[in-house]
Amino acid sequence: MISRRQLGYGAMLMALALIGFGLWTDGPKHVSADSGENYASPLEMLFSPDGSRLYVLCQQSEEVRVLNAANHALIGKIAVGRVPRGISLSPDGQRLFVTNSWDDTLSIIDTRSLSVVATWPVGLEPSSVVEDRVGKFLFVANRISNDIAVLNAQTGEEVKRLLAGRGASYLTLSPDGSRIYATHVYPNPPRVPTEMDNRIAPESEITVIDAARAVVLDHMPLHHIAGVFHLAFSKDGRLGVVAEYHPKNIIPLAHLEHGGAFAYTLTVFGADVGKSPVEVPLDELERYAARPFGVAITPDKSRIFVSCSGSEIVLAIDVARLLRYVHAHPGPNVQDLGASANYVMARINVGHDPRGLAMNGDGSRLYVANRLDDTVSVIDTHSNRVVSTVAMDGPEKITPMRHGEQTFYTARYSFQGQIGCATCHIDSTFDGLTWNLEPDGFGRNTVDNKLIEGVKNTEPYKWNGGNPNIPTECGPRTEKYFWRSENYDDLTLADLTMYIRSITPRPNRWKLPGRDMTPAQERGKAIFEREVDKFGNPIAEANRCSYCHSGPKGTNQKLFDVGTRKVNDNNTLLKSSPLTNIALTAPYLHDGSAHSLEEIWTVYNHTDKHGRTNDLTKDELNDLIEYLRTR
Amino acid sequence: MIKITNIPRWLAAFILIAAASVIPAQNAHAAPAPSMPIYRFENFTAANGLPNDHVYAVLVDGERIWAGTDNGLALYENHAWKSYGTKDGLAHRAVISLALDKRTGDVWAGTMGGLSRISGGRIDSYTQLNSGLSNNVVYGVSIEGEHVWVATAAGACMLNTRTGQWSLYNERNTPMVEIWTYGVSATPTKVYYAVWGSGILELDQKTGRWDKYEDPDSENELVLFKDQGLIHEIVTSVSYVDNILWAATYFGDSRYDGRYWHNFLTKDSGLPSNFTNYLKGVDANRAWFCTDKGLAYYDGVNWAVYRPSLKDGKPEMTVRDAAGMVTPVAVTSAPAHNYILGIDFQGDDIWVATAKGLSHGIRLKR
Repeated sequence: MISRRQLGYGAMLMALALIGFGLWTDGPKHVSADSGENYASPLEMLFSPDGSRLYVLCQQSEEVRVLNAANHALIGKIAVGRVPRGISLSPDGQRLFVTNSWDDTLSIIDTRSLSVVATWPVGLEPSSVVEDRVGKFLFVANRISNDIAVLNAQTGEEVKRLLAGRGASYLTLSPDGSRIYATHVYPNPPRVPTEMDNRIAPESEITVIDAARAVVLDHMPLHHIAGVFHLAFSKDGRLGVVAEYHPKNIIPLAHLEHGGAFAYTLTVFGADVGKSPVEVPLDELERYAARPFGVAITPDKSRIFVSCSGSEIVLAIDVARLLRYVHAHPGPNVQDLGASANYVMARINVGHDPRGLAMNGDGSRLYVANRLDDTVSVIDTHSNRVVSTVAMDGPEKITPMRHGEQTFYTARYSFQGQIGCATCHIDSTFDGLTWNLEPDGFGRNTVDNKLIEGVKNTEPYKWNGGNPNIPTECGPRTEKYFWRSENYDDLTLADLTMYIRSITPRPNRWKLPGRDMTPAQERGKAIFEREVDKFGNPIAEANRCSYCHSGPKGTNQKLFDVGTRKVNDNNTLLKSSPLTNIALTAPYLHDGSAHSLEEIWTVYNHTDKHGRTNDLTKDELNDLIEYLRTR
Repeated sequence: MIKITNIPRWLAAFILIAAASVIPAQNAHAAPAPSMPIYRFENFTAANGLPNDHVYAVLVDGERIWAGTDNGLALYENHAWKSYGTKDGLAHRAVISLALDKRTGDVWAGTMGGLSRISGGRIDSYTQLNSGLSNNVVYGVSIEGEHVWVATAAGACMLNTRTGQWSLYNERNTPMVEIWTYGVSATPTKVYYAVWGSGILELDQKTGRWDKYEDPDSENELVLFKDQGLIHEIVTSVSYVDNILWAATYFGDSRYDGRYWHNFLTKDSGLPSNFTNYLKGVDANRAWFCTDKGLAYYDGVNWAVYRPSLKDGKPEMTVRDAAGMVTPVAVTSAPAHNYILGIDFQGDDIWVATAKGLSHGIRLKR
């Protein structure tokens, strides 16, 4: 945690500079407050098979750091691709695999020479990788393409893609090596026929893959879950545990003090649990376990550890007591905030945004990657205490930008530490959910949560354009309607604003290099920019795609009636939404009623208010969508 | 029954002579042509587990059998049927085409309300409203690598499962005149579409060029020159295997080797009917024909027909050899109905979709 003293005069001066440069007014000017600091941001870790090395994947410095596991001395650094997210070892420990999520590649590292020996193309936004036991297949979870790429483990040639959950991100090999378990961070699209009702509970899954045949065996449903992260097995394979969010977005988000936002839970499954998986809450009455992410189980199956990134803690769970509770309470337990007292042994404070966990061979030490502290906490698993903190050799100075990012990812400001910005904006993106927020009252104004990549200079904010700038959006509004417990001081709000404005859109995967376009994209662009319909009639300015969605971010920042108002909406006028990475951000429209881009026009544009489109053929509508996917 | 002793000898002799001239079409010798398979049919209907008797399509996936019915998709596994319907995410209750992605194990089901993908028990559906699918009535589907080729009532289309992009093919970008596509057979080299009233469309995957095969006699039912070209414009099914294109129409069937056409009509082949709903090639020489008057098998020389008798409904099998000699074969079972809509192979066995049930043809050893 950073103190005011640590921020020091530099930050104060920076805040003054921000005001001077117009950032406070959310104007077009932008100043860098990062001062060129290159933080390591450790995200994931693992031990070598012999336990002598600790490999630390550092996301921001885009490298793997190799530490001596005994004394934590740095052995080497290996540069990898952009925004690496996943790391794993071959069974013999000779090859280290890293997924480079912004390059769509896999780095193959020789652990003897500590050098990258190959870089293989994979799917869109690869986020996790695991090799089978026999060295036949590599499995790569692709967050954007929502699938698992199956590669020839020796040549890197892609054999096929397997259907996974939306935002496929984390892979785990079962202890016997026979199964791959895949989780995903965004809820699956609704699988019911399109109706006007968009209030559907989120559904997620664990995708179960036969490792030998590389086929999907099962999609284990996770009802009411959106946001599923790491999964771990006990050594005997009888207990599986997965960390997840349980949003309560179907009910009005009335007040955090009523627990109406999120529950953070584990789903446990396997022979120790019984026939059906059981969801168990991690939260306590007064202290939530915000954003559970990493999971580790001791070799003797006595304890489970869960990193809770928003709460900046690691939970220690007694497995025997957990199983007793599970067998006694096999039904829905998520509303029981007293449940965790039955099995949570300790809440161990660690650093900012704790993510990946690695346990040494005998289970005596648990290592925790504190992403936004550039440290690794070492926990004695017997005493459940942090016994040392290993610095990742990053800058000691906490820049305002870094502080803003820490603020974004923490849940400390909200009542009972229930939520933070990153709860709904997973990895600074979105959550794929619609919410009924408090300010408009119960049952009014259901809104779709939006992507915040590239949000800079797209004010006003909110669907109704009610907030003139990010400080208002993230300051008074958030404090009043979300946190309800603590406000940001001016410096913190300035830093948070700076961080949010700095969030860069992911590379658009549908855009060809340069200005090239596919024929379909070219045709779609012409439709997007047309001023006359197919019957030769002029299209009114406000009814052209290119007018409301003009500019580099696809918004002219004005309000329009696009004919989508529902009976529970107060507003007819809605802000034209930016088009940044629009292909990724379903559902669509202000209330998330369109489950796909097509439905915006095939279902919800009867009167042509949302652009003149009813003269288009199906081919032409497909072309328009192909173009939109490049935005 | 006529007692031969009660009629004049001259009349008896006439009857015998007349009978002798007819018998080649129904030869009474017991042994069929050696290579023609004989089956014992086990039939499944709503009475023993199918969700509906009307079975439009059947697909073999190892030991698992998928049946597309008028009321859902049925899966036969471990001697029990399980059904999937719209509540499970299926696009529509009527499943009219099926295809297996052999690499991933996913099943693709064409329905009267969209296209559904079944993966590990999860069903995702694509419709003309929620996706780039050209039309909701999906008559045919075929998997080629990561591409899903679809035949719909309003054009052909292809989904690239890797990029999510849909490509539509219709009268605007292919030589298709009618856009009612009825079947598709896709391979890495060629993709063929059966088009109702517009012959066969061929896509050369290497060049990206479309070509078209039509009935030289146009849409009339005259065949001026045998084997001149595609037998008819109203094509219902295509099957491309071993570089041979098999095509079914409602007015006879065709085989095309890239240079020569060979057509099959009831009058000059063992086809039980010229009205063929579906066909599936086994290889370059062998194919199965699903007609409105029974199931036919062609081994390149001989024909076999399996059906309940058109006269009395009793199980019937006939074999027609190269000389046109038709031989009845004594059988104790037949497909569930004469109106055959689909077929797939399970080793030596066959599974047959009919208008009144699904039939499992268990091949008998001689």
